[in-house]
Amino acid sequence: MEQHHFEHKHILSLDDFSAADIEYIIQTAASLKEISSRSIKKVPTLRGKTIINLFFEPSTRTRLSFEIAAKRMSADTFNISMSTSSAVKGESLVDTARNLQAMQPDAIIIRHAQSGAPYLLSRHVSASILNAGDGTHEHPSQALLDMMTVLDKKGRIAGLKIAIIGDIAHSRVAHSDIIGFSKMGAEVHVSGPATMMPEGLSELGAVGHLNIREAVRDADVVMTLRIQRERLQEPLLPTAREYADFFGINNEIIKLARPDAIIMHPGPINRGVELSPDLADGKRSVILDQVSNGVAVRMALLYLLLGGGD
Amino acid sequence: MSRPLFLKNGRIIDPASNIDRVGDLLVAAGKCQTLVESPPADTVEIDLTGKWVLPGLIDIHVHLREPGEEYKETIASGMAAAAAGGFSAVACMPNTNPPLDSESAIAFVCERARLAKGARVYPVGAISRGSEGQELADMGEMRRAGAVAFSDDGHPVADSQLMRRALEYASNYNCPVISHSEELSLSRNGAMNEGAFATRLGLRGIPGAAEEIMVYSDLALAAYTGQRLHLAHISTAESVGLIRRAKAAGCPVTAETTPHYFSLTEEAVGSYDTNAKMNPPLRTAADVEAVKEGLRDGTLDAIATDHAPHSELEKEVEFAQAANGIIGLETSLPLALCLIREGVIDARRLVELMSINPARIIGVEGGSLAVGQRADITVVDPALNFCYERRNIVSKSKNSPFIGRHFTGRAVLTIVDGEIVYDAR
Repeated sequence: MEQHHFEHKHILSLDDFSAADIEYIIQTAASLKEISSRSIKKVPTLRGKTIINLFFEPSTRTRLSFEIAAKRMSADTFNISMSTSSAVKGESLVDTARNLQAMQPDAIIIRHAQSGAPYLLSRHVSASILNAGDGTHEHPSQALLDMMTVLDKKGRIAGLKIAIIGDIAHSRVAHSDIIGFSKMGAEVHVSGPATMMPEGLSELGAVGHLNIREAVRDADVVMTLRIQRERLQEPLLPTAREYADFFGINNEIIKLARPDAIIMHPGPINRGVELSPDLADGKRSVILDQVSNGVAVRMALLYLLLGGGD
Repeated sequence: MSRPLFLKNGRIIDPASNIDRVGDLLVAAGKCQTLVESPPADTVEIDLTGKWVLPGLIDIHVHLREPGEEYKETIASGMAAAAAGGFSAVACMPNTNPPLDSESAIAFVCERARLAKGARVYPVGAISRGSEGQELADMGEMRRAGAVAFSDDGHPVADSQLMRRALEYASNYNCPVISHSEELSLSRNGAMNEGAFATRLGLRGIPGAAEEIMVYSDLALAAYTGQRLHLAHISTAESVGLIRRAKAAGCPVTAETTPHYFSLTEEAVGSYDTNAKMNPPLRTAADVEAVKEGLRDGTLDAIATDHAPHSELEKEVEFAQAANGIIGLETSLPLALCLIREGVIDARRLVELMSINPARIIGVEGGSLAVGQRADITVVDPALNFCYERRNIVSKSKNSPFIGRHFTGRAVLTIVDGEIVYDAR
C-alpha cells in the first residue's frame, strides 16, 4: 500500500476528507476485510483501547457494525443507549461528554438526532469522535462503505453515474454519499418528490432531477433511500402508496439504468415503498455486501484514528 | 447634581441643529448650555481633540431579561453594558417572565432603572395580555406608568384582527406598535436561513418568505388603519423592498435592522456556532447588501441591536436546541463605524440611525445637542483600535459571534443627564 499521511483526529463530515484520504480509508478497509472471514476473527491491533458507542437514536445495524469492528481489533467497547427524551430531561450533551471524558475513552462513536451534535462533543472531549449519523447532516461511515461496495463491484468510482432516489433533503446518507462520490469523480444525480429536494444541490455536488427517469437513465448505481414514516405527517408526501407509484424503484424503472447497474439501499428497507421486493432480493442488489463492507470500513476508521501510532 | 462639564475641541456632530464642526460644549444642570465668556469655576474640563461628540445613542430594541432571567442580564447590568457601548438610552422588550403587560410590571422596570447607573431605560409594553396574542393588554395603564411603545417581540401577532386593533388602540396613547414579523408556519423548528448552507449542515431552514409575508401583512394593516407601525429586526432584501414601496405610498411605517444583519451572513454559522443563531436568521450576502442600501437610502430608519443575552445553558447545546439571539450593545457602534469606513453611510447618517430616528420612533427627548436639550451625549474615539474580548464584556452574558474581532472606533464617554455614566478615556 502506498504511503499516505492520514492526519485526522475525528470523523465528523466527509467534507473534511480529500479523495486521497477516502481512497486510503477504502484500501485500508479492503486489507482488513479478510479478518472477518477467518475462523478466529480477532487481531490485537487495538488492544487496550476503550471505545464508547454513544447512541441517542435507536440503531441496530450501525451500532452493531461499529461494535463488531472494534471487537475484531480487540478494543474494549461499551454501549450507551440514551433515548433522546431521557437526555432532554436529564443532563446536557456537554455534561455527558465531560463525564465520559473523565473515564478516558480513546474514541466515542456518536449517533444523535440533532445535526452537529458530534461537533459539540468534539469540542469538549479529547477522544476521537466518530459521527455515526447526526440528524439530517451526515453519516460518513455509511458513504465510505457505499463507495467501497461500488469500487468492489465496478472496479472504479470516477466516471460512474450514481443515481440517488428519495428524500434527499432529510437524508444524512444522501448528503454524505453526494459529497463522497462527487469527490471521487463520479457524477451524482438525485431525484425525488420536489418537497424532498433541498436547496443547494449543486453546491453539494449533485445534479437534481424532477423526473426520476432522468436520474436513473444510464446509471451504473441506483441507490434508493428509506422513506421515513414521520415525513408523512409533515406536508411532504400524501401517502406511501403514491410514493411507491411515482418514486419507487421497480422492474420497469430499473430498465432505464445500465444493464449491469447495481442497486443499493442503506437499510432498513420499506419493502414495496421505495424498492420492490424482487429487486431488493434480486441479482443486482448489493445491499448485503454493503453491510459486510460496513464492518471493514469501520475497522479501518478505528485503526486509522487509534492504531496508527503503535 | 454633578459638576458642569466643559467638552473641548471635539468634533460636534449634531445633524438636528445642522452642526458638524470642531468646537466646545458646556454641560450644566443636566442640559446642553450656551457658552458664555468662560465656564463656571467648578467646571470639569475634558479635552476631546480627535473625538466625536454626538447626541446620545439610543437602542430601541434590547432584552434586559429582568424580571425572570436575571442570570442572563439584569436591568442594572444591561444599563451598564449599554453605557459601555455608547448608548445613553435603551428601550427594553416586554418578553420577560412574567411579561411586561401591566402597569405594575412597567413601573417595576422604571423603578429598577432609577436605582441603577447607566443608560436610561424606556420600557416597551406587551401588545397582548401575557404576550399570548389573544386579547389586548392594558396599554393606557402601561403608558401612564412609562411605556413608550407596544410589542409582543419574540413572537409575531399572528391574528390580523388583533394586530389591526392594536395599531388603532395604541394611537390613543400616541405609541407605535413594534412588530416582530414572522409567519410561524414557515419558520417553525427552523434553525438558520434556508438555502445551500442549511442543506450542507443538515439544519432546518427558515426562508426569507417567513419574514416577508408578515412584513407585507403588517404594512397592509398600517396603511389601512393609518396608524404608526415600526418593524423590528429586518433581515431580507425583499422586506427592505416592501418597506421602500410602502413608504413611497405614504404608509406610516418605520423600520430597524440590527448590526448583525449588515455585518454577517449565514456562513457565520460555520461548524454549528450557536452564537450565530438568531431569529430572524443571518441571511445571504445579497440580503446584507440590500440592508446596507436600506440604511443608506432611508428605507431603514434605525440601527437597533436586538441585544439578547443568553447563558451557556442555552447556548452550549445542540444547534437546533440552542436559544436564538446574541448580545449586541457593546458591538453595535463599532460595527456601525465600519459602515462609515466602507462608504455606506456618513457620520451624520449614523447619528440619524442611532440617535435622532430612534428618539423620534419611540417619542422621547433626544437626538439633539441644541441649547436647553437634556445632556445625553456620546463621545466616540473613531480611531481607537481594540479587540472585543470576552473578559471585557460588561453584559452578564457573553453570547457574541464578534468575540475576538478587531475594531477601530468605539465610545469612550457616555453622559446621561449631564452625568458621566461610562468613561473609558
